[in-house]
Amino acid sequence: MSDLHRKSLRELREGLAAGSFTSVELVEHFLARIREHDQTLNTLITVSDKEALQQAGAADERIQKGEAGPLTGIPLIHKDIFCTRGVKTSCGSRMLDNFISPYDATVVERLADAGMVMLGKANMDEFAMGSSNETSYYGPVKNPWDTERVPGGSSGGSAAAVAARLAPAATGTDTGGSIRQPAALCGITGLKPSYGRVSRWGMIAFASSLDQAGPMARSAEDCALLLSAMAGFDERDSTCVDRPVDDYLAALERPVKGLRVGVVKEFFGEGLDSGVGASIEEAMKVLEGLGVELVEVSLPHSRYSVPAYYVVAPAEASSNLARYDGVRFGHRCDDPKDLEDLYKRSRAEGFGAEVKRRIMIGTYALSAGYYDAYYLKAQKVRQVIARDFRNAFEQADLLLGPASPEVAFRLGEKSDDPVSMYLSDIYTIAVNLAGLPALSMPAPRAHGLPVGLQLIGNYFDEGRLLNLAHQLQLATDWHLQTPEGFA
Amino acid sequence: MAWETVIGLEIHVQLTTKSKIFSGASTRFGAEPNTQACLVDLGFPGVLPVLNEGAVRRAVLFGTAIEAEIARRSVFARKNYFYPDLPKGYQISQYELPIVGRGHVEILLENGERKRIGVTRAHLEEDAGKSLHEDFHGYTGIDLNRAGTPLLEIVSEPDLRSAKEAVAYAKKIHQIVTYLGICDGNMQEGSFRMDANVSVRPVGRKEFGTRTELKNLNSFRFLERAIDFEVERQIDVLESGGQVVQETRLYDAQKDETRSMRTKEEANDYRYFPDPDLLPLVIEDAFIEETVKGMPELPEARRRRFEEEYGLSAYDAEVLTATRPQADYYEAVVAVAGDAKLAANWMMVELFGALNKAGLSLEVSPVSAEALGGLVKRIADDTISGKIAKTVFEEMWRSGRAADEIIEEKGLRQITDSSAIEAIVDEVLAENAQQVENYRNADPKKQPKMLGFFVGQVMKKSQGKANPRQVNELLRNKLG
Repeated sequence: MSDLHRKSLRELREGLAAGSFTSVELVEHFLARIREHDQTLNTLITVSDKEALQQAGAADERIQKGEAGPLTGIPLIHKDIFCTRGVKTSCGSRMLDNFISPYDATVVERLADAGMVMLGKANMDEFAMGSSNETSYYGPVKNPWDTERVPGGSSGGSAAAVAARLAPAATGTDTGGSIRQPAALCGITGLKPSYGRVSRWGMIAFASSLDQAGPMARSAEDCALLLSAMAGFDERDSTCVDRPVDDYLAALERPVKGLRVGVVKEFFGEGLDSGVGASIEEAMKVLEGLGVELVEVSLPHSRYSVPAYYVVAPAEASSNLARYDGVRFGHRCDDPKDLEDLYKRSRAEGFGAEVKRRIMIGTYALSAGYYDAYYLKAQKVRQVIARDFRNAFEQADLLLGPASPEVAFRLGEKSDDPVSMYLSDIYTIAVNLAGLPALSMPAPRAHGLPVGLQLIGNYFDEGRLLNLAHQLQLATDWHLQTPEGFA
Repeated sequence: MAWETVIGLEIHVQLTTKSKIFSGASTRFGAEPNTQACLVDLGFPGVLPVLNEGAVRRAVLFGTAIEAEIARRSVFARKNYFYPDLPKGYQISQYELPIVGRGHVEILLENGERKRIGVTRAHLEEDAGKSLHEDFHGYTGIDLNRAGTPLLEIVSEPDLRSAKEAVAYAKKIHQIVTYLGICDGNMQEGSFRMDANVSVRPVGRKEFGTRTELKNLNSFRFLERAIDFEVERQIDVLESGGQVVQETRLYDAQKDETRSMRTKEEANDYRYFPDPDLLPLVIEDAFIEETVKGMPELPEARRRRFEEEYGLSAYDAEVLTATRPQADYYEAVVAVAGDAKLAANWMMVELFGALNKAGLSLEVSPVSAEALGGLVKRIADDTISGKIAKTVFEEMWRSGRAADEIIEEKGLRQITDSSAIEAIVDEVLAENAQQVENYRNADPKKQPKMLGFFVGQVMKKSQGKANPRQVNELLRNKLG
């Protein structure tokens, strides 16, 4: 078997340009790997092999004509939260098991315009609600590092597929950590951009004020290439910011000596696995070796981020998911007696337990008499948390901490304990509440499993995040390690 | 006991934007069901709303017209409830921070006094689709063409004290929005819909009584009748020792009654919260200035100008400015005719009379403003008499031809040449020697009446073309 799956995006581009292999060969190679491994891993809900080969053929033509961009002909996987025209878009839910989207999400459209080839749609927690990928209607995704363990969530299919080299890149979405936590648990690099950097058009909404799409790949450099194609203003999304996109590739090469990186005090306290803590500290030593100045910073209100998040996100979700009523698309129960029966049974059958739990929490939080105490209070907490970050960024250019308090946990270990599951995102959620960009990248493994180092940037400072991550990756090989059996 | 009625109105005004408030789909009325609903209107997974600037401009025009504060920052909120014609499961509306704040309008009461009515607020929102309950045999059909159509909901203060005042207020709002051109005002098509909050209280009491909300009032007549019915019903309930229940009631025009739709206990908890898909709407001064620059003249101002500029009576000015097309028509007549008062008379008496008789509206009048102006001009410059003009008008109505053309063709031009008139007068006097004798011997008090006979004869002989003023003068001189 060839080693095409070991190549970085830059190497793939060079190979395609040089004619060493074609996009069709590349796609066939990855499709073969998917056939070989995905029975076990379950990273994909849909494999769109026919479409992929067609797109690859078109990409090869573009390459031959000399019209190729940096991503033309390179395959990727889209999280099944992105609408893809003519291809099932399930969002990991029975509710949308029959939904073929009539249109493409902006992210899908932009990456397709760049010439990327979609291999399929990645498994995910139902409606992106989960931290282990166990809430998917299509069954859990297995972590390629240990198939008894979860890949994290909700972008678990994307993370596991990239980690297992079933695709060189994937898209994910991050509402409370859904890119960074699975990236951490699967040992890949994943970036959640600033809120408003990437269009949400066509991305099925979970919590609209928090959701953001981002790239998931093996390295910061690969993420920089992907983000360059994904980011930018889109008039179809009113929350998308009309502001030029930085040159992320150029940013990668900037010197990092003298950069001040704030170590978030609160992210190293109780609840952090000691192995994970040691791994992060090892990464910090390497950073110091690169001339980075580490300073301690505090986010004193970060402990309120999980409770605030579990008011705001379910509240928005309870409203966003009201459209799944069995009337126009999606699951409809058999033989409804009347309108109420149609609503009740379609939704009872179409949604899983975690989604129902969050709809209930959100509906409660918005109810008359509770709105001020919950939703309004949670929004105020967001302001306070954002202020904490503003203060921290006065002392540091970037912030640092673990992405997750522990390594990948066992399947079923937390499924019956929602609160312990929610705490998996304790270090990632504050970033979403403030709307900041952040990434997770591999640090040295602990307990034989991947650990994610989280870097948090100031608003629209994705370039600097990728810069430091890239420089760290040039100096280490943590990101190049591959799970056994998938090398 | 004497009772006082307290009414507040909520009026939903459909705005005249070509596309919907949050999508690019057309707002045209009457298309095949579900042909004007795009993915956004259908609430598909992943779609997002984008605010239509035209809707914002129209709200700004209205706010300015009622002298209200335009909120520099307003917020769109989601009103959550399940209904099949509400695709997203929520309606995007404005709740705590509406675009138009407190304003006011003036209405004319029956006794001729003017009364100021407060407008609490006006906010932008999207319309829902339509549920079609007929023709589907046990199912309900859904037409989402209307879903996402922009509405301005205008909420009045509880300042109205009778059904007649409520109607006067509703007509005033109708007049303002149609003058501004922000609403086509078409009530049959649902472009202007009213809900009334009605309560009664003993005269002299300060606290409001328990109110009911009347829905489905799609004409001014139904508004008046529904309120009258409801006031009587509430008084009956209270006088027989009962209590009014706070509820929503539906007006049934066929039975001319209101009946309960849902009570307060059955009401939805709408779980309003700011829509995270839309940023707060921030309006700059420059945007308001630019919007208001092209604002049409409002009915009040136009009425006052008609009185001053054209010397019209208050009544005539009020009638002629009732609608913008009417006022525009009038000014076009004056522009041609020159004589403003004569133009007003001809429009209000002859034209309105003919339109009424034919059951036509001014917009489809067979006689254009320019044509009517041409006719009035010929009366003003003595080319034809008022009497002849009526004949000409009838011909214009039938054929659509210009007055001058008809006058020339039929030779209706008035005879103003005094020697020509004198010749006819002499002829008439010669032919009626006995009557001349009688006239001269008559009591001077009776003479004016007797003069009429000679005038009639002269006019008959001239086929109505002799100038009546000259005829009178000549006869009086000759009969001496």
